[in-house]
Amino acid sequence: MENLINIFVRSIFIENMIFAYFLGMCSYLAVSKSVKTATGLGIAVIFVLLVTLPVNYLLENYVLKEGALAWLGSSFAAVDLSFLSFIMFIAVIASIVQLVEMVVEKFAPALYNQLGIFLPLIAVNCAILGGSLFMQQKEFQNIGEATVYSLGSGVGWFLAIVGIAAIREKIQYSNVPKPLRGLGITFIVTGLMGIAFMGFMGIKL
Amino acid sequence: MSDKDPLFSAKNLKLLSDPLNSSNPITVQVLGICSALAVTAQLKPAIVMAISVTVVIALGNVIISLLRNTIPNRIRIIVQLVVIAALVILVDQVLKAFVYDVSKQLSVFVGLIITNCILMGRLEAFAMSNKPWQSFLDGLGNGAGYGLILIIVGFFRELLGSGSLLGFRIIPESWYITNGGVYANNGMMILPPMALITIGLIIWVQRSRNRKLIEN
Repeated sequence: MENLINIFVRSIFIENMIFAYFLGMCSYLAVSKSVKTATGLGIAVIFVLLVTLPVNYLLENYVLKEGALAWLGSSFAAVDLSFLSFIMFIAVIASIVQLVEMVVEKFAPALYNQLGIFLPLIAVNCAILGGSLFMQQKEFQNIGEATVYSLGSGVGWFLAIVGIAAIREKIQYSNVPKPLRGLGITFIVTGLMGIAFMGFMGIKL
Repeated sequence: MSDKDPLFSAKNLKLLSDPLNSSNPITVQVLGICSALAVTAQLKPAIVMAISVTVVIALGNVIISLLRNTIPNRIRIIVQLVVIAALVILVDQVLKAFVYDVSKQLSVFVGLIITNCILMGRLEAFAMSNKPWQSFLDGLGNGAGYGLILIIVGFFRELLGSGSLLGFRIIPESWYITNGGVYANNGMMILPPMALITIGLIIWVQRSRNRKLIEN
């Protein structure tokens, strides 16, 4: 239990997808003009991470990793398919995003309308594939840890995009130098937020 | 495929040179920032990353452009992803074989080239509706524009943060405080947030020189 809380807090504050690894920056910059749409995209990212990461965890540990196919019989024990992991992960992500889109459209039309075009775009959001690749690198003990990690990374991403959207709404009233308006100031503010988040470094539970 | 333009007509060269400045993928189109920044703490991984992305984007553009009339519209995203993923696997294996230490340093970011928005952006916006040669030039240009920013950021971060370039010492040892000098490395430059601030400053410089790019 302690271990799970540790992973959760670490993935939100210390290894924040945006401030520490810059994952999902494209949509982070493009969709952070208002808090409302940013919230929608943030929720969609949490949701998709939460679904895809455990699936990729199972795929990694029962199909792709060296020796992962041992359950098929001893002749498969030496097979190493890990070079296929990029293409498998992205295929899983793209198809799950499609599936999630159809399910949400059928059962929660209100949410579907709110998320709009963000759902299909999430397939190419670096944060989702990044989550799976970090999962592969960290070698979690069981699927519980992987799920908690995916939830934590999603929440961290959500916090970051809602934060920057709120700041950008206010920044419109300030007198920013002209060449810096829009993109430039957003980069610099994100950098400053990242410095603030570094204050969490070294937290251990 | 009868192409009336000569191979290096002015129009084609523009495809190559525009992305370096006025339609730079990072500072103007805001694409491909995801994987760009985390690898720029030193110059060497930044250069390797720039080359990898340029190779993937140029070849991917050519392949998609050759296939553009046979890809059904509804599943084009999946087709594009598969082409990119296959190319990225190739690049990853080559890096592992020839420059293993850099490949370890880049870690997940080689894989993340797949979801680099520049790739999808260029395939979707250019290769799907243009001939292979133009697409190849467009890919090279955008890769170079991306690489240019990466290398500038990597240059400043390694120089100011570690006092070296490509691992060679630039700032003499005798300048440092520990050796009786007055200089100290700026440790902040190596940390992630400074990559963002450096790009912010590059945008500032570029837009004050080229006023057309200013947003309102």
